[in-house]
Amino acid sequence: MPEITFVESLRMTLKEEMERDPSLMLIGEDIGRYGGIFGVTKGLLEEFGPHRVRSTPISESAIIGSALGAAMTGIRTVAELMYIDFTPVAMDQIVNQTAKMSYMSGGKAKVPMVIRTQEGGGRGNAAQHSQCLEALFLHIPGLKIVMPSNPYDARGLLKTAIRDDNPVMFIEHKLLYATKGSIPDGEYLIPFGQADIKRKGKDVTIVAISYMVTVALKAAARLAEEGIEAEVIDLRTLVPLDFDAILQSVRNTNRVVIVHEGCRTGGIGAEIAAQIQEEAFDYLDAPVARVGALNVPIPYSEPLENAVIPDEDDIVRAAKKVLYRG
Amino acid sequence: MTSRIDNKRCIKMYEQMLTIRHFEEKAIELFEHNLIRGNIHPCIGQEAVSVGVCTPLRRDDYMVNTHRGHGNCIAKGADLKLMMAELFGKSTGYCKGKGGSMHIADFQGGNLGANGIVGGGLPIAVGAGISIQNRETDQVAVCFFGDGATNQGTFHESLNLAALWKLPVIFVCENNLYGLSTPVRESISVVKISDRAMAYGIPGVSLDGNDIIAVYTAMKEAGERARAGEGPTLLDCITYRFYGHFTGDPGKGITYRSKEEMNQWLERCPIKRFRERLIKEKRITEKTEKTMEADVKASIEAAVKFAKESPLPLPEEALQDLFH
Ligand SMILES: Cc1ncc(C[n+]2csc(CCOP(=O)(O)OP(=O)(O)O)c2C)c(N)n1
Ligand SMILES: [Mg+2]
Repeated sequence: MPEITFVESLRMTLKEEMERDPSLMLIGEDIGRYGGIFGVTKGLLEEFGPHRVRSTPISESAIIGSALGAAMTGIRTVAELMYIDFTPVAMDQIVNQTAKMSYMSGGKAKVPMVIRTQEGGGRGNAAQHSQCLEALFLHIPGLKIVMPSNPYDARGLLKTAIRDDNPVMFIEHKLLYATKGSIPDGEYLIPFGQADIKRKGKDVTIVAISYMVTVALKAAARLAEEGIEAEVIDLRTLVPLDFDAILQSVRNTNRVVIVHEGCRTGGIGAEIAAQIQEEAFDYLDAPVARVGALNVPIPYSEPLENAVIPDEDDIVRAAKKVLYRG
Repeated sequence: MTSRIDNKRCIKMYEQMLTIRHFEEKAIELFEHNLIRGNIHPCIGQEAVSVGVCTPLRRDDYMVNTHRGHGNCIAKGADLKLMMAELFGKSTGYCKGKGGSMHIADFQGGNLGANGIVGGGLPIAVGAGISIQNRETDQVAVCFFGDGATNQGTFHESLNLAALWKLPVIFVCENNLYGLSTPVRESISVVKISDRAMAYGIPGVSLDGNDIIAVYTAMKEAGERARAGEGPTLLDCITYRFYGHFTGDPGKGITYRSKEEMNQWLERCPIKRFRERLIKEKRITEKTEKTMEADVKASIEAAVKFAKESPLPLPEEALQDLFH
């Protein structure tokens, strides 16, 4: 199959899953005729009709809450929140209702539901349209968290997410939408909790997610020019977390850099670093390094935004630091 | 109706409408030349609402704004230079380049800021109303929001609270018939947005938002009511955004609006209508209008020049302003 974009991969997957499961419903803002502001749902209303592709008023709480109610009563649902920055508008429905429903009911309630959303900066969209909030959801037991880094993974992971009987936060990145990748013919699913080693290396482990995988790979190529072999791990899912993959790599390299675009403070790197020191303290030759955004909202102006969001240079610098070089 | 408004005020209103129109056209052009980043939500076509609502306001009255907020900033008395510098991300801008188009605020001018979150501003306006009540001043707070925002919980919570406590808040819906691609008729269960006022026991009116005198008159009455301690009003100003949702909307919104509908609304252009009226009433002439337009354009060019010549913020400024 020729190369397709991230957006096309998502669209194709939604379409196939809707054909496969006649109850599957999509719900979200402007997802009908308009096809979503990133074009992910283009054509789906025409194909599946207004009961299965529900374009809503601007009502994030009701989108999530009604997706939950539908999911609990037999309608597998993919709810879309246009920006992850709007999840706080629906926070009660996500945190207090959706995430806890199975547990609170003693396992009686089944919640086959995906919340598709997108995050990230780099486009001058300023403080309320550029955040990376995955760590908020990592802190809430009861939500699976998926963060695909390329079109191939997006497809395999979205299939798994849709078929899962639990709530899944499926977090895309706006800078990935136009990126291309090749996808094999035929169906494939990528199981949750399986990290992907994107590059082998013996000197330092770089753990990354989402768009930062691309940036980490560029940094690794630069490090290679200086004779440093970095191993780059794409976590793909945060919940469940493939900690074994991290552990194995750390045992070989003895040095780790964790990279994410969200704030360093309280970011996913903090959790992973804590687990590493609990499980592999004796293997470490240097303190675990974290690369993440500065602890401020994302500013509009380009030089400020660039200063806040981590880049290749930051990763290279962190890798050298844990290697005590430069 | 116009006759009741003095000449000077009428001409000022017209000039502000022209300023908004030209400012937006310039901003779009600059965006297309990559001098402005992110996105702009132009308010071209909605000038009568901005100016009609803000004209009866005092400088110390509060205003809470939306993502489509340049016009409201200008009508509330913002400095074009500081606005343009903000759009350029320069450190001389209203928010030192940190906010951008969606977050322009001018506290000295009573502008409490725009919002990137639809429905995010309504409770803030209620809070300004509480502040006025507790400080026992005769200010008012105006809250702008779109038709789409009236489907958020915050709209309903805010109207109830303001009504319950008789707060001096005027809720102004800039009802441009669409929330992004979604038409009002497909997103709202009642016929008119003003019907919703009934549920909160407050006055609500739907009016021609492209008729500046209609907007001004309704706002004046709502403002007087609020200042007299009689509580909030909901004004549903029906208008149209000519340009489309934002600078990324294909064909100015042609994917969800018919050419025919768009043309019909162009005919109802609020600036064109006001101009015809002013000329008929001999308040302006073709000649005075030409001079005015030239002055307006010159002030916008001066703002662009100021923005271009202003310095970009230094990277280390990113860490400032988080706390006081
Ligand atoms: C909470 C939230 N949901 C969705 C959006 C995305 N969005 C930005 S503007 C907009 C449409 C708003 O419609 P309306 O309130 O009518 O204002 P208009 O844009 O028409 O002026 C949408 C859906 C947002 N910014 N915030
Ligand atoms: Mg609208």
